Amino acid sequence: MAVLVVRQLQTRLGKLRLVDGVSFELVAGQTFALLGESGCGKSMTALSIMRLLPDAAKIASGQVLLHGQDLLGLPESSMREVRGGKIGMIFQEPMTSLNPVLTVGEQVMETLRRHQSLSSAAARLAAADLLTAVGLPDAQRRLDEYPFQLSGGMKQRIMIAMTLAGNPQVLIADEPTTALDVTIQAQVLHLLRDIQQQRGMAMLLITHDLGVVSEMAHQVGVMYAGELVEIAPRDTFFSQPAHPYSQKLFAALPNGRQVKLANIAGNVPPLDSEFVGCRFAPRCEFVFDLCRTSSPVWTQLADGHSARCHLLTQAMIALAPEHEQNKTIGISENSEPVLAKEMLVVRELKVHYPLKQGWLRRHPALLKAVDGINLTIHQGETLALVGESGCGKTTVGLAIMQLQALTQGEICLDGVDLTRLNARQLQQQRANMQMIFQDPYGSLNPHMRVQAILEEGMVALGVMPDAAQRQMQLEQIVAQVGLPHNALQRYPHEFSGGQRQRIAIARALAVRPKLIVCDEPTSALDVSVQAQIINLLKDLQDELQVSYLFITHNLPVADYLAHRIAVMYLGRIVEIGSSADIMHQAAHPYSQALLAAVPDLGEHQRVATPVLYGDMVSAAHPPTGCHFHSRCPHVMDICHTQYPAMTQLSATHFVHCHLTQTY
Amino acid sequence: MMPVILWTDALIYLLVLIIVLAIYKQQPQGQLYDATQRLLRSPMAITTGMVLLAFTLVGLLDSLHYRPQLKQTTPAHASQYGVEVVSVLDTLLQPLRIHDEKTYSAPLAQRLYVKENVTLPSGTVVRDYPLLNIMQAAHPSVTKLLVRGAGQGLLLTLLGAAVITWWWAWKRHCSVRVLWQQLQAADNQLPWRSLLGILALLILSVTIIANLAGYYHVLGTDKIGQDVLYSTLKSIRTGLLIGTLTTLIMLPFSILLGISAGYFGGWLDDVIQYIYTTLNAIPGILLIAAAVLMMQVYIESHAAWFDSAAARTDFRLLFLCVILGITSWTSLCRLLRGETLKLRELDYVRAARAFGVSNIRIMLRHILPNLYHLVLISVVMDFSGLVLAEAVLSYLGVGVDPAMQSWGNMINAARLEMAHEPVVWWPLLAAFGFMFVLVLTANLFADSVRNAFDPRSVR
Repeated sequence: MAVLVVRQLQTRLGKLRLVDGVSFELVAGQTFALLGESGCGKSMTALSIMRLLPDAAKIASGQVLLHGQDLLGLPESSMREVRGGKIGMIFQEPMTSLNPVLTVGEQVMETLRRHQSLSSAAARLAAADLLTAVGLPDAQRRLDEYPFQLSGGMKQRIMIAMTLAGNPQVLIADEPTTALDVTIQAQVLHLLRDIQQQRGMAMLLITHDLGVVSEMAHQVGVMYAGELVEIAPRDTFFSQPAHPYSQKLFAALPNGRQVKLANIAGNVPPLDSEFVGCRFAPRCEFVFDLCRTSSPVWTQLADGHSARCHLLTQAMIALAPEHEQNKTIGISENSEPVLAKEMLVVRELKVHYPLKQGWLRRHPALLKAVDGINLTIHQGETLALVGESGCGKTTVGLAIMQLQALTQGEICLDGVDLTRLNARQLQQQRANMQMIFQDPYGSLNPHMRVQAILEEGMVALGVMPDAAQRQMQLEQIVAQVGLPHNALQRYPHEFSGGQRQRIAIARALAVRPKLIVCDEPTSALDVSVQAQIINLLKDLQDELQVSYLFITHNLPVADYLAHRIAVMYLGRIVEIGSSADIMHQAAHPYSQALLAAVPDLGEHQRVATPVLYGDMVSAAHPPTGCHFHSRCPHVMDICHTQYPAMTQLSATHFVHCHLTQTY
Repeated sequence: MMPVILWTDALIYLLVLIIVLAIYKQQPQGQLYDATQRLLRSPMAITTGMVLLAFTLVGLLDSLHYRPQLKQTTPAHASQYGVEVVSVLDTLLQPLRIHDEKTYSAPLAQRLYVKENVTLPSGTVVRDYPLLNIMQAAHPSVTKLLVRGAGQGLLLTLLGAAVITWWWAWKRHCSVRVLWQQLQAADNQLPWRSLLGILALLILSVTIIANLAGYYHVLGTDKIGQDVLYSTLKSIRTGLLIGTLTTLIMLPFSILLGISAGYFGGWLDDVIQYIYTTLNAIPGILLIAAAVLMMQVYIESHAAWFDSAAARTDFRLLFLCVILGITSWTSLCRLLRGETLKLRELDYVRAARAFGVSNIRIMLRHILPNLYHLVLISVVMDFSGLVLAEAVLSYLGVGVDPAMQSWGNMINAARLEMAHEPVVWWPLLAAFGFMFVLVLTANLFADSVRNAFDPRSVR
């Protein structure tokens, strides 16, 4: 039974067609996933349903029927009853959706009082019940805590509790887990699914992550440039995606099987363009004349499965799903051991921050961000450093780049110990190592032209002092990273996120480094753009024999790009081995948990139960013994007291775990 | 005549020289150039910029000082110069300067504002409003002068526009018709309509006022019978000087100390913070009052150092700028420090450090340009604030020299005038109006500058 029906919804902001003729139905107890890249109008669809659009945006036409009643025609006062009461919404960023100056209890009780008219005491009891229901232990105490005392995952649980307070029949979740770590994501998704089953809610799940869709959805709708292009039941969608865009989304996702990731060239078109023909035509590889002149209509493929593509009406060309065309090779070539010379050797690297505690404390407590790390990277090799946020992986990168003072340790780049150099010698070594940062919007100075950005390092390090020669080199690099030839004279803000990341890569390459530290270079990008950047990095490595230290939290990406993977937990490496070792024979329970948290894109829904409970422990107060014992499902007595020594499992595979040790 | 260069004159011309050189030397590429191009395309910037330029022009004319040659009685003697230092503006406004009335008269009035004993030709004495001195001569009616001024203004505007158009067409080697088509074209981004409009408005007001001022006191006269229009025009220089010189004095302090504190951190940050916290703890007005009063005593006891009254008042003005600058750099410094703390952690600063770019270069290339908008906004806000602060300080008696024409002194005098029965409203209104136009245009101009400097605002 359809609870919420959206028909031909159109939302405009000036000339922008934010949402253009979207229709779908939400059924009680089922999840409809709205999938698409950023800028496709997913969130705007949700906000249109809630009538919470920004002032300038207007709903031009369409219907939003909740139990047959059109929400778009309701007066604002009745709409307030609907919001929170009948339709609940969860936002992406748990850090900003809670008011920091009110206690958790006050915020949950506010919704309770609004929608259930309870007395203060009753509201408090109900709030405590809700917190228990979303899996927060010790609810009475939590009610009096402030948001800053909670972790990201807990805040998202509180948000869910607040949404449930109104007892809604429809739940809209706008990227509910995007800001969370994989292990926490698994917990939150599990919770959402449980709650949905208990209460029989209909859920609209907005996400860009195929993995989340795979785990949660019953129905999938793919959005592109403001309109839906495909609607399918979950299993059909994952076995036979019909629209070329859906197929491309699958092919762009690294899953360890392909030789090369599929590129979707270009970006989502700006929504203010006058669309003639199919919106995906400029990026589609099956494009033909009709696509450019007329907009495709819905084609019914099977029960509940339809798509908007001319290919499907044109005599049903046999569309083998793109991701199966890619040769499936057993284990990627990555696993071959690299016998090149050692480019980077890190020994016993430690970075400790003093924590100021109290007055006049002589020996302040230490935050051991990085606590004794050993790494080796060979020439032309990629080592991936994987771990949850806060485990110290970025600090390792910064320390290797000498951008962060070390407490102790040795960093040898191509045989030169960087920690023993004076300022001038270090300056000479800087050309040999470079860094690519996570946020392409923060890593380029908005006040400098691309030319100046790229030249800066070359000038500072004295690479190519001759201006004419330098200019030629720059033009070559710009072409190499796939930027338009006029890019040099433009400012960063004129480029999209993916292009900016290309500029950042070009900047690093300009001084011809031997090692590049990549700090989550794709985590801020869309799937299709991520594929472009990963392919680029791989091509550049083949061409230039540069080594990468690839810092990421995304295991499939690490598996695809890296020869070896190191798993980090709370400042220490717990397991290191070739990608095949880690992906197929992970020995440490933490690596296993990370792997289990990666959603499976199989043809049948596999509901992963979260392996790990609880959040990452603060590095300021690490547990005694093995750091991981507080979250480990296989914890033994010895784990509480003793940090496990290293066990060698194979020529390339090392792990720190008591389980693997024989006493 | 003998030119006299006062301290503030020297500084203000130095500033003009720097600005001219900066514009002349500018590379035809780069961020500043682009910002200037965007600025020139903004109608608001052109309009307010022209008004500011008009104010600046008056101020600059008033900054060319000299001592006029006295009429020589005996040709054998060397030339003799007057004691009084006058400016080029004074010479241009000579008619306004010399019409001295007895006391208050309303704008465009024919008679004095207060009754006096007037002896009629018949010999009887009556108590009446006497005719103004300026009215003794023949004078056309106000409407006639208005029409004449407007006519002249329009003529001048058209003539000017025609000359510029012809010159422009000649320079571009195209006919006037083609030029006109280019200007009309939709993609033409030069806001020539706004430019023409504001120039016409400025020229019209100048010609009309010039016409009227020959026969009437356009803004009335003050207590000692001096023309209020003349006083307000003379006050422009004081206002501009206080606004610009103070800013110039405080900017190096705030930028250098603010960026170093934020960028280097550590003990340097502690020291700089300590300095401005201490300075902030002293009440500003008190510090200014104390310093100005001490300076007053100092000037009086060293009267021999100043060869004219103008030099003395000028020195006091300069000193006021310095002391205002010293007390007002802290807020901008604090702002810049905070912003630098944020910028320092950004990835592009990290990237620059990874390239081994020197600290000085990082501060100049990565930090300072990203603070431009803050500096510009706060400079203009401070400019307006300082023009207004001058009024407050003069009101308290610790501002500029009472002999100096300034809006502050005029407003100070208005204390008594507002209590006068009937109310004498025009000196206050004139000072207020001029100040309002200056501060408002400066604020609007600052907005346009900020928009032009923000590359993200460009669509």
